[in-house]
Amino acid sequence: MCTTCGCSDQSRLTVTRMHAPGAAHDHGQHHHHPRDAQTLRLEQDILGKNDAIAARNRDDFSARQVLALNLLSAPGSGKTSLLERTLREIELPAAVIEGDQHSLNDARRIRATGAPVVQLNTGAGCHLEADMLAHGVAELQPAAGSLLFIENVGNLVCPALFDLGEAAKVVILSVTEGEDKPLKYPHMFRAANLLLINKIDLLPYLDFDIEACVAAARQVNPQLSVLQLSARSGEGLAAWYAWLRAQHAELAKAVASDQRGAA
Amino acid sequence: MHELSVMRNVIDIASEHAAGRPVQRLQLAVGRLSCVMPRALHFCFDSLARGTPLEQAELQISEIDGLARCGACGAEFAMPAGGARCDCGSLDFQLLAGEELKIVELEFQEEN
Repeated sequence: MCTTCGCSDQSRLTVTRMHAPGAAHDHGQHHHHPRDAQTLRLEQDILGKNDAIAARNRDDFSARQVLALNLLSAPGSGKTSLLERTLREIELPAAVIEGDQHSLNDARRIRATGAPVVQLNTGAGCHLEADMLAHGVAELQPAAGSLLFIENVGNLVCPALFDLGEAAKVVILSVTEGEDKPLKYPHMFRAANLLLINKIDLLPYLDFDIEACVAAARQVNPQLSVLQLSARSGEGLAAWYAWLRAQHAELAKAVASDQRGAA
Repeated sequence: MHELSVMRNVIDIASEHAAGRPVQRLQLAVGRLSCVMPRALHFCFDSLARGTPLEQAELQISEIDGLARCGACGAEFAMPAGGARCDCGSLDFQLLAGEELKIVELEFQEEN
């Protein structure tokens, strides 16, 4: 558990570990370093295990001929609404892995579109990790040639750190949020490949400065692609679908070249 | 709260290398662009280290500043978390440092 945001992670952390025997102690007191103490130089990536599983997921997606997209946003940006409409209109095979702390609500909404869906509930966990996704994919068994949308837990901080093995990270920001959000949550916007600015049908009623928002996002990530859309009115969706089709076409090309290589 | 996941990984990796030997000092390197808070790591360490070879260990965290190289003129410049641009005005850059998240070293207690 942490004082930073108040959440804890019970998905893998066992209670026995948290409450293992041992008296409380103050780490600040241990400053005695005998000269002959042995030092082991490690230089090891702390998230190496997650990254290794993410690399396996990436190989698995490639073998399955699936294009995985990690959808990230704060709660309430309209991720699920955008996904529902996209699934109904994209005319490409698609499957969904829903990540939420609790409830099957989003999975039910997705299921109503007819797309295969698996819900991952992280309990108190604030992000998806690569091994959770691997379990979700094993359960979902997405069809070859399909898009796989991974709707991460609504959170603009923690999911930025955990590679899932996706082909691209798509961050969604709605105009009812602050236009300076990319500067407040720079890690997420730096990690993203595409930014979708959603709910633009509400712009006439808001003071949201969309140019300032795009400038803020490009300040932390100059390579970031940006699309403006409304999942409600449909404005701008054509460009989002074109982006998805282009990504899907790349996948098809890679599959064809693999098959030629194998033949 | 990702610091808990991060620290759980630290404890797992360090415990594996310690193989039961008590650790006296554990040093981590955390980049200022890594999205991980050292204070939160210290907090999680105090809880998670209990009952492991790291129970008595001092946790040291060195923070690494963000550094970027300009894609236009090649100059290196400081990259704070909120982003920055090169003095030449270009927004194109490549990160050289600041995203580290590493266990640097373990120091074991002296064996009697």
